Amino acid sequence: MRTPLAAAAAIISVAAVAGARADTAQDMGAGAMNRSPPYNFQGGEAVFKNICQGCHMANAQGAVGAGAYPALARNAKLEVAGYPVAVIVHGQKAMPAFGGLLNDQQIADVVNYVRTHFGNNYKDKVTPADVKAQR
Amino acid sequence: MSEAENAAVSRRSLLKMIGTLAGSTAMYNAMTEMGFAQESGYAGPPKLTAPPPGTSVLILGAGIAGCTAAIELRDAGYKVTILEYNNRSGGRNWSLYGGDTYTELGGATQHVQFDPGQYINPGPWRLPHHHYGILHYATRLGVGLEPFQQVNYNAYVHNTTAYGGKPKRYREVQADFHGHVAELLAKTTKQNALDQTVTKEDQEILLEALRAWGALDANMQYVKGRQTSNRRGPVVDDGGGLASLPTYSEPDTLSTVLNSYMWRAIGWGHDYEYQTSIFQPKGGMGQIGLAFGRELAPLIKYNCKVIDIHQDDKSVTATYVDSQKGGAPQKVTADWCVCTIPASVLSQIPMNVSAKKKAAINVIPYGAGLKVGLQMKRRFWEEDERIYGGLTYTNQPNAMIGYPMWDYFSRGKGVLLGAYVMGQGAFLFASKPPEQRIADCLEYGEKVHPGQYKANYECGVAVAWHRVPWTLGCSGQWSEENRAAHYDDLCALDGRIVLAGEHASRLPAWQEGAVTSATDAITRLHQRVVGA
Repeated sequence: MRTPLAAAAAIISVAAVAGARADTAQDMGAGAMNRSPPYNFQGGEAVFKNICQGCHMANAQGAVGAGAYPALARNAKLEVAGYPVAVIVHGQKAMPAFGGLLNDQQIADVVNYVRTHFGNNYKDKVTPADVKAQR
Repeated sequence: MSEAENAAVSRRSLLKMIGTLAGSTAMYNAMTEMGFAQESGYAGPPKLTAPPPGTSVLILGAGIAGCTAAIELRDAGYKVTILEYNNRSGGRNWSLYGGDTYTELGGATQHVQFDPGQYINPGPWRLPHHHYGILHYATRLGVGLEPFQQVNYNAYVHNTTAYGGKPKRYREVQADFHGHVAELLAKTTKQNALDQTVTKEDQEILLEALRAWGALDANMQYVKGRQTSNRRGPVVDDGGGLASLPTYSEPDTLSTVLNSYMWRAIGWGHDYEYQTSIFQPKGGMGQIGLAFGRELAPLIKYNCKVIDIHQDDKSVTATYVDSQKGGAPQKVTADWCVCTIPASVLSQIPMNVSAKKKAAINVIPYGAGLKVGLQMKRRFWEEDERIYGGLTYTNQPNAMIGYPMWDYFSRGKGVLLGAYVMGQGAFLFASKPPEQRIADCLEYGEKVHPGQYKANYECGVAVAWHRVPWTLGCSGQWSEENRAAHYDDLCALDGRIVLAGEHASRLPAWQEGAVTSATDAITRLHQRVVGA
């Protein structure tokens, strides 16, 4: 079990390298009739299946090509709940930030979902207030 | 426009509308750097003097940036080696043809069943006339070019919540919008509302210009008649002899036009990157990458997955494994290295460069994108609807339908671009299996071409860029803040390594960004070599 201090340090380092704000509404630009679909998914499973599995795959096993998408299944890095919250809010490396696309409840829900599925069994829950604190 | 509507359109609402238009334009520009008017800055291929004999350069990636660097360095006299992850050259310059197999991350494999001569470009598909760099290499390599139609006045604008979901011809939308705006502005001018900002003399010119621009009649009104039908088209086209009678079409009202939101669709072709003329390679965008591959064949080693990049004060060594079979790592060493591996992948490869360079590589998120190709057994859009190339815009999640811009009137099959989606909407498609992406797009297309779309569908392929194994996304996305803080560090020569690619350019996602990035990178590298 990592100390709270180490967890805080991990979160801060993630936030420091991210900072890309590619998470605001991303439309097609001039000429597009369609507008960004609302990300109004209810519940962690719905968020995961509509967004996360695009890269982390339906079974959360990730994938490997020239580069890799990390598996979320049985992922020890999920032990500290603040870590996935920070990654989702701010993005990390090539992963875009979703802080501007998902609200606090949705991010809390999907973190709680992933941390209790796919072979993960972390009992503590993230609240929307926890997400808000990382924005 | 009726008198009642005249009264309803107050100056305030006019200004609000103009403000909305100006605001939306500003918003479009701010939303994505792709929309900015950016000059390529390409001043021709670099003029490199001969390097010291035997000087070697290792190039990582045989996409447009890597091949540009390779061809110029080779010509200058460098000993060039290229490592490429795929079994082909071109990178995102890529076309899918019948017989091709594409396996995305997650393992879904698509066997492309298109007929001979049919293809889809999953990545770039346009060559703007001012992208001098990529056009230079296309012509140097003997790749034939043909016109790409960005704007087709006879294609559609479609909104499921306007006109009962019936598509309108682009021509009508643009004519009605321009016409009503011209009429309103003329009225405002005549009411002396512009006296503070436009001189009396200029107001006379403005009125004349508005009449011409908006197809207004002698009374400065946008109404049914010869002028407006010349823009939006008649009900029945004029013809010869006694069979032909004039049939002027009825413009839609201002309120209808505004509330249809179809005016959103008339901006794209005005932007610099999308202005006529635009070109496409004959036979698919991928022809450029393949031509580069033929030219550079002796230099390229395919199926190489780079797993480590290490430099010291004398050389650079890349360690790689076979990307298909794996196996024992192998090494290749050169004096210098041009690395064009996308930042999404490079951020995962150990490489001893400065902390600043690493920070720059790590700060670039990669965007979502989707393209879907749908082979139709009959070119119903041409034969029935007289749409020859160009794009239809829809408010549905597929965003667009693109019509093939070659083999017009061929009476044969054709491959439609069934979706072109970027950003927020594209994430959702990546989460679906390929067959579901295609099925969804068939439903959307059926709304635009009812009775034809699904009935004529034969086979398709769907590429969601976050699932592409060698890029993990469609292109690097720079925020203004990140670019200010990190872009120079990304591009700087670091010891013996320099990066290149669209992510190291101010033309992100464009092939011209890859060409100009490579040109700039090897010019600086060469200066270091000959200056050393």
